[in-house]
Amino acid sequence: MSENQKQIVKPTVAEAPEGVSGQGFFATSFEKAVGLARKNSLWPLPFATSCCGIEFMATMGAHYDLARFGSERLSFSPRQSDLLMVMGTVAKKMGPVLREVYIQMAEPKWVIAVGACASSGGIFDTYSVLQGIDRVIPVDVYVPGCPPRPEQIIDGLMKIQELAGNESLRRRHSKEYEDLMKKYNME
Amino acid sequence: MFQIIPDRNQLVVAKLTDHFGEAIERHEVITDMLCITVNKEVINEALLFLRDDKEMQFNFLTTLCGMHYPEKEQLGLVFHLHSFVNNQRIRIKTSTDMSNPVFPTSTTIWPSANWMERETYDFYGILFEGHPNLVRILNVDDMTDFPLRKDFPLEDQTREDKDDSMFGR
Repeated sequence: MSENQKQIVKPTVAEAPEGVSGQGFFATSFEKAVGLARKNSLWPLPFATSCCGIEFMATMGAHYDLARFGSERLSFSPRQSDLLMVMGTVAKKMGPVLREVYIQMAEPKWVIAVGACASSGGIFDTYSVLQGIDRVIPVDVYVPGCPPRPEQIIDGLMKIQELAGNESLRRRHSKEYEDLMKKYNME
Repeated sequence: MFQIIPDRNQLVVAKLTDHFGEAIERHEVITDMLCITVNKEVINEALLFLRDDKEMQFNFLTTLCGMHYPEKEQLGLVFHLHSFVNNQRIRIKTSTDMSNPVFPTSTTIWPSANWMERETYDFYGILFEGHPNLVRILNVDDMTDFPLRKDFPLEDQTREDKDDSMFGR
């Protein structure tokens, strides 16, 4: 009889941040609440150009399932996404296009460079390949690999979640961020 | 009338040498494919002749690309022609001095040469007289160099982090 009894598995809920709770209320810092919401609902823009895009397709599939992390809705529109995932080789001719896509995204936005080609040009050190997307846009997380396994891409996304969850609300208005944007000629 | 010609390669060589004489500089058969080197002066006439002749009918330009021989200081072109009717392929080569890399365009003979000539210009710097739109096709528009020439460095020169000892140099 015990084998037929189903295990009751409680659904996993995100951990609540530190705060004061009482009868019918929970008070925490605004930053923590916003960080919690943002990190568990990152909507990616899959800028998949090559083989790493195929690994991403596997990551989005049921086996490795990126949707568990809140990245259920992919959008190819930069206006409606939070996370730009550049996966694959970016040619020098594609550089300005990538830059435009990044500029069109609304703050807060994060960028993850998946694979060796997006991080540094990979094995293609030639006249046509951009040697790393950080030459045209600021990158938050680099995932090395050629191609990285889906588990590694998920690890990269989890690092972005850490960044998004712990980000200060004033970061996008700070001097360092403005200097970073100036460095890339994006005001 | 469809005739079975014992050796189509010989036929092509015979017809070309009859018509152009000395301008056909050399010819050889490499693994069943006839390769003919033609003088630059008559290249367009020769291609037109190959296309329009009723016995040869090389109606399809498979590809057109460039060559660079730095030791001879020559830039050249390689044409691969295909005859649908006779199922025959040949290769035509021409060369010119690097100081004046200009060839007449083949777009008047085969319109598909348009993009092929743009690619040859993009990578070798060979100019085509009479081309409707000779601009770069695959590389960045404001690039000043010609990547497939032998003196162009293989690796991107803007990288500072590659350690020579690790890369076998």
